[in-house]
Amino acid sequence: MENKLYVSMSPHIHSGDSISRKMWDVIIALIPALLVSLYFFGLGSLLVTSVSIASCVLFEYLIGRFLLKQESSIRDGSAILTGLLLAFNLPSNLPLWIVAIGALVAIGMAKMSFGGLGNNIFNPALVGRVFLLISFPQQMTSWPLPKALNLNYLDAATGATPLSFMKSGRLDRLPDTLDMFIGNTGGSIGEVATVALILGGLFLLIRKVISWHIPVSILLTVYIFTGILRIASPELYADPLSHMLTGGLMLGAVFMATDYVTSPMVKKGQVIYGVGIGIITVCIRVFGSYPEGVSFAILMMNGVTPLINAYCKPKRFGEVK
Amino acid sequence: MRTFSMGGIHPPENKISAGKAIEQMPLPAQVTILLNQHLGAPALPLVQRGDRVKTGQLIAKAAGYVSANIHSSVTGKVLKLDEVYDPGGYRRQAVIIEVEPDEWVEDLVLSSTLKRECTLSPEDIIQKIQDGGVVGMGGASFPTHVKLSPPPGSKPEVLIVNAVECEPYLSSDHQLMLEKGMEIIVGTKIMMMALKVQRAVIAIENNKPDAIGLLERLAIPYSQIEVMPLAVHYPQGGEKQLIDAVLGRHVPSGALPVVTGAVVLNVGSVFATYEAVQKNKPVIDRVVCVTGKSVKKPGNYLCRIGISIQELIDFAGGMPDSVAKVISGGPMMGKALINTQVPVSKGTSGILLMDSKEALRKKVYNCIRCGNCIEACPMGLEPYLLMNLSELSDWENMEKECIMDCIECGCCSYVCPSNRPLLDHLRVGKFKVGAIIRGRKNQ
Amino acid sequence: MNIVLIAVIVLGGTGVILASVIFLTARKFKVFEDPKIDEVQQALPAANCGGCGYPGCRNFAEACVKSENLDGLFCPVGGNEVMKSVASILGREAVQAEPMLAVLRCNGTCAHRPKTNQYEGVSSCMAASLLYGGDTACTYGCLGMGDCVAVCQFDALSMDKETGLPVVDEAKCTACGACVRACPKNLFELRKKGPKSRRIFVSCMNKDKGALARKGCAVACIGCGKCEQVCAFDAITIKDNLAYIDYNACRLCRKCVEVCPTNSIWELNFPPRKKAAEQDVPAGTETGKNTASV
Repeated sequence: MENKLYVSMSPHIHSGDSISRKMWDVIIALIPALLVSLYFFGLGSLLVTSVSIASCVLFEYLIGRFLLKQESSIRDGSAILTGLLLAFNLPSNLPLWIVAIGALVAIGMAKMSFGGLGNNIFNPALVGRVFLLISFPQQMTSWPLPKALNLNYLDAATGATPLSFMKSGRLDRLPDTLDMFIGNTGGSIGEVATVALILGGLFLLIRKVISWHIPVSILLTVYIFTGILRIASPELYADPLSHMLTGGLMLGAVFMATDYVTSPMVKKGQVIYGVGIGIITVCIRVFGSYPEGVSFAILMMNGVTPLINAYCKPKRFGEVK
Repeated sequence: MRTFSMGGIHPPENKISAGKAIEQMPLPAQVTILLNQHLGAPALPLVQRGDRVKTGQLIAKAAGYVSANIHSSVTGKVLKLDEVYDPGGYRRQAVIIEVEPDEWVEDLVLSSTLKRECTLSPEDIIQKIQDGGVVGMGGASFPTHVKLSPPPGSKPEVLIVNAVECEPYLSSDHQLMLEKGMEIIVGTKIMMMALKVQRAVIAIENNKPDAIGLLERLAIPYSQIEVMPLAVHYPQGGEKQLIDAVLGRHVPSGALPVVTGAVVLNVGSVFATYEAVQKNKPVIDRVVCVTGKSVKKPGNYLCRIGISIQELIDFAGGMPDSVAKVISGGPMMGKALINTQVPVSKGTSGILLMDSKEALRKKVYNCIRCGNCIEACPMGLEPYLLMNLSELSDWENMEKECIMDCIECGCCSYVCPSNRPLLDHLRVGKFKVGAIIRGRKNQ
Repeated sequence: MNIVLIAVIVLGGTGVILASVIFLTARKFKVFEDPKIDEVQQALPAANCGGCGYPGCRNFAEACVKSENLDGLFCPVGGNEVMKSVASILGREAVQAEPMLAVLRCNGTCAHRPKTNQYEGVSSCMAASLLYGGDTACTYGCLGMGDCVAVCQFDALSMDKETGLPVVDEAKCTACGACVRACPKNLFELRKKGPKSRRIFVSCMNKDKGALARKGCAVACIGCGKCEQVCAFDAITIKDNLAYIDYNACRLCRKCVEVCPTNSIWELNFPPRKKAAEQDVPAGTETGKNTASV
């Protein structure tokens, strides 16, 4: 044989799907929400987002190159996505050095120390966010008010968010539902524009990057739980729709909780995971001391994920009972 | 449109050679007939060096029940009995015959006129099938007479003719149905008689509307034969998946498919049965499709068993320079060949030539636990977990996670975004666990 | 003051209650184990390699304590010394065994065995052997993907990048047999270490007929039988076109090494021959290298 043939086990073809394709799909799905935040939060949003992405990519490159001494993994797009998601969870007037610390924690502590993409237990962006929330509580909880094409950055006017109204029981001061839907409220960069997040989620569903199980089970649980509370005591608790539209719930349900690495793999497990996130979120929002609980809820359920994977098995074909 | 219930994928069909009329290959100068073209024990040779054999003459006898007869596909002189390389690169017994012009054995009916009626008893039919060396022509090559004699206690109700051809590229069954439709209907009827069943379903994926239309028309006089179109869905040709798709019944784990009342036979075997029973013609030739994106003359070729694959490729326009892999069978479950000097055997349904860009594997990344493999697995397994366990040599837990249910369809490796070689590891685990289970049984 | 008192009482009380629960359960569920098992386990090397045939050292210790005379129980890692101390703990007779070493019975280096195809699957000998015969014309030889190196717990095996074959480090090999079990081609054999580590063996497992074997690999045993004829001690037998040297009968005279036409018989750790200068050792033969390494 002049031309040596290649030999391998079947299958000999591949779907062409790749990690980077999935990552870029998620990034594309986040773009509408980014545009809305650029409109409402202006310069601050742009600065925080770009610094977050740049420092995530940089840290991933440096750690991979000099500490782990492995081939660079920045091309798969996961660092860009982590940076984007981290920025989406930060207020737009956050000093940039704090953003960089968050990126270092997200990439260095939550991702690379476990062995890079695929081995981390907790969602890196959320670890970064929660680290910042605990370390810099003041900066992390002063959210700028939305203002079209805002050019102020650190000096942006800040104010209470819908969630703080809920917490303090001033339900009458909750903004208009339509404002909450399009993102004309105070909050973190990426979480305000519910409509843009839903659009992105639909895109991911169509591209089969995510399945409906996790987002729907989270949202439904939150809706039912807060609905029961509302019926029990309408003057104390906000209506379920406001809960759905405020805070990081939509961002968390569609983009953070569905992170492949840290969510269960079997559909049944995904529903359990989603219900768990929903219940913990409402508990923290309503009974806890923090106004927002989505991040903590997702991180807690991330920790339970290996257990869910171990016990939730898919239905076997021809299972003998 | 019906299909099976769990998992599965839809790879690009690439049926390049579909619709190409079956072309008769000229006789080669020499044929190499392997003695283990079927599942089970290799046949025992009956000829010696220097013997003259006629076309259709028995040259090797089945060695035991799960084995099959082998017939000479040509007339000529036996050059030698020797070991030749099989597709896996191992050396296997084969009869090598120098070819002369055909001289057929006496009782073989050469005319192509259709013979509808068959008055034989079921036992005689099965005997004739066994004598003719009919095996599963789809690739697994399980002796057909064994399938037609279900174990005592089981009661077949329905015969399913597997004309799904769910593998991408392959087209030999499709073309066979278009050109030999009536023979297939009669063959189905004969098999129903042998199985003593009152119902038969010819299952065809709906990417072959011409074959569905033709067989539906031809089956009108036979009220017991139904042609069932199925949605295009790989691996629908798997026995368990096909029973699920057609009858909606699941074969229990570890049980024989016949417990669901269904017996599945490949459409190629049905045609071979027709020829063996009605024409006394044993399996000496078959339709092989030669296909691939860079093949000059892709098509379906009727060739004698034992012709070398190189000759088939030459007949289809020669080997393109860009080819990196030669696969016997389809791209999902076919076997990559180490060279093209391997002979065609009864189970060779197609020869697929793949270019390096399409065939070569890509860089492997970490598992990102996306769950695509679980989604795609038609048996409801967790390939990612099984691969991890296999890498850790944890055979005990692999057995608990039902590794023995794996049908090696390749869906998991196909969908993995990290290009992980899931099936490679699953096969290792299945082999090891199988050996452990056998060892336990022998104790 | 009151608070301190309450804290002390609550904590102290809880501690006492829990301690008594632990104490009682420990008493109730105590399983009697022969203390000798612990003693024997202490004497074992704690490698848990499975070389003795038991899953771990503890299981082996149990088996030793249970057995009447230590027959068939041998720790290859610890060797005779460990078995002696085990025997003295149990007051029984130790079974002595010759020290063994693993040897690789394949010399199909890249230079000797031309490749006939390219494997591109998982880098595992086991997976490749399930798929096909291998990437050379010799279907018996080493696949070179290092399943043996991966299972060796004693770091005694390493892949030689140049030859593509694993190399046994004699100083580290404990003859646990993990490589013997791991190799899908059965290329490893445990052979008697021999005086001064001197060993002679056929470094080939090819059972093809001579011409074919030769075609696949330049140093294949072709089953010619010259070694069988020259051996004065009936140590060599030819079966399936392959010579095998019985290490119990072999007296290390090295006559077979000289007559082998394909240099498939290896001698390890012998002093260089007197006429070594005249005799050309064929290029690529590993004999010289192995002699030098120890």
